[in-house]
Amino acid sequence: MNIFSLLTRRTNTAVVAKDRLKILLAHERVSTGSNAELVNKLREDILAVVRKHLEIDPEAVKVEMDRNGDMTMLGIDIELPVDNKPAAEDEGKSASKAAGA
Amino acid sequence: MADGKVIVVTSGKGGVGKTTSSAAIAAALAQGGDRVCAVDFDVGLRNLDLIMGAERRVVFDLVNVVRGEASITQALVRDKRVESLFLLPASQTRDKDALTEEGVGSVIRELRMSFDWIVCDSPAGIERGATLAMKFADEAIIVSNPEVSSVRDCDRIIGLLDAKTVQAESGKRMPKHLLITRFDAERAKKGEMLSVDDVVDILSIPLLGVVPESKEVLKASNVGMPVTLSSEGSAPAKAYAEATRRLRGEDLPVSLPSDRKGLFGKLFRGRAA
Ligand SMILES: Nc1ncnc2c1ncn2[C@@H]1O[C@H](COP(=O)(O)OP(=O)(O)OP(=O)(O)O)[C@@H](O)[C@H]1O
Ligand SMILES: [Mg+2]
Repeated sequence: MNIFSLLTRRTNTAVVAKDRLKILLAHERVSTGSNAELVNKLREDILAVVRKHLEIDPEAVKVEMDRNGDMTMLGIDIELPVDNKPAAEDEGKSASKAAGA
Repeated sequence: MADGKVIVVTSGKGGVGKTTSSAAIAAALAQGGDRVCAVDFDVGLRNLDLIMGAERRVVFDLVNVVRGEASITQALVRDKRVESLFLLPASQTRDKDALTEEGVGSVIRELRMSFDWIVCDSPAGIERGATLAMKFADEAIIVSNPEVSSVRDCDRIIGLLDAKTVQAESGKRMPKHLLITRFDAERAKKGEMLSVDDVVDILSIPLLGVVPESKEVLKASNVGMPVTLSSEGSAPAKAYAEATRRLRGEDLPVSLPSDRKGLFGKLFRGRAA
């Protein structure tokens, strides 16, 4: 919220409501959604595959699914340690996004 | 006359206007001549009979039919004003497991054969009654008030529609329509209430209609008439009539209820997702 909106919309609690909802739902869609189980399985499988080749922390694999209209986005984010040789040329981080139906 | 369309009216949160909307939309659909059956899934807390003015003519109910104690024809109550409108009442039993999935499935299958539209009024919550109401639906109307907890619960319901329904299980995506009710244009304009735009943006499903907060709704319930029948010219009746036309597939821009200071006829096109 900028100064302008603070001055002109002192009573605009709707903006606060919208922001809070957006943040909350982004989390709930992953954790309580029907996809929670699927996301967990995907995370475990991806972790196992990556671990065959690289040593990574189990926490380094982040999988999330977000709904947006008729599209569901599957986001996979894997953080690789900097000293990991095969990944040394990367900036230590690789991310990929894939869209599904 | 076969293969009716099953519409579930659902919300998660209680008291947002599911029953009011089910009655109004069922009546509006039937006024066009289609054969319509409104089904009350709120077992233990039935109210659709009262809102539709049929409470004194209920003999058998959905649970009786599911248990094979009565036929559907025996349980259906025909509306006194619109002759192609019927009600399948809920039972007042306190038995939570009164409805079975198989039982409801076969009732819906039978209703599809003799009605053009089957409108299922879901109970609040995400328990058995609500999941059974949505289970066999072809399309869903998601009722939300422009208020945080209602929007959050709708989001949860959308997740269930995409997971726990026959359509979802067969890999299809259920078409969903957002109906915003109890909307106060003046308060939204002042930033005291989420705007239509906000709710559409957050839930990202296409907008079916916006029903203003109105005294006519309570008046209609007092006399037991769907608001689309009791005061046809009123703002909520018009909003429901328009929503019903959109449900039929008409491409009609959503007119926002104007605030009291005017701005009449301001048009808003729902952002389809
Ligand atoms: N547009 C409106 N303007 C004013 N009052 C309304 C409006 N829509 C619904 N109401 C009122 O809100 C109350 C709840 O409505 P309704 O029974 O339709 O909600 P519901 O979602 O079916 O509730 P439940 O979850 O308990 O089944 C009723 O008193 C009704 O008259
Ligand atoms: Mg109700």
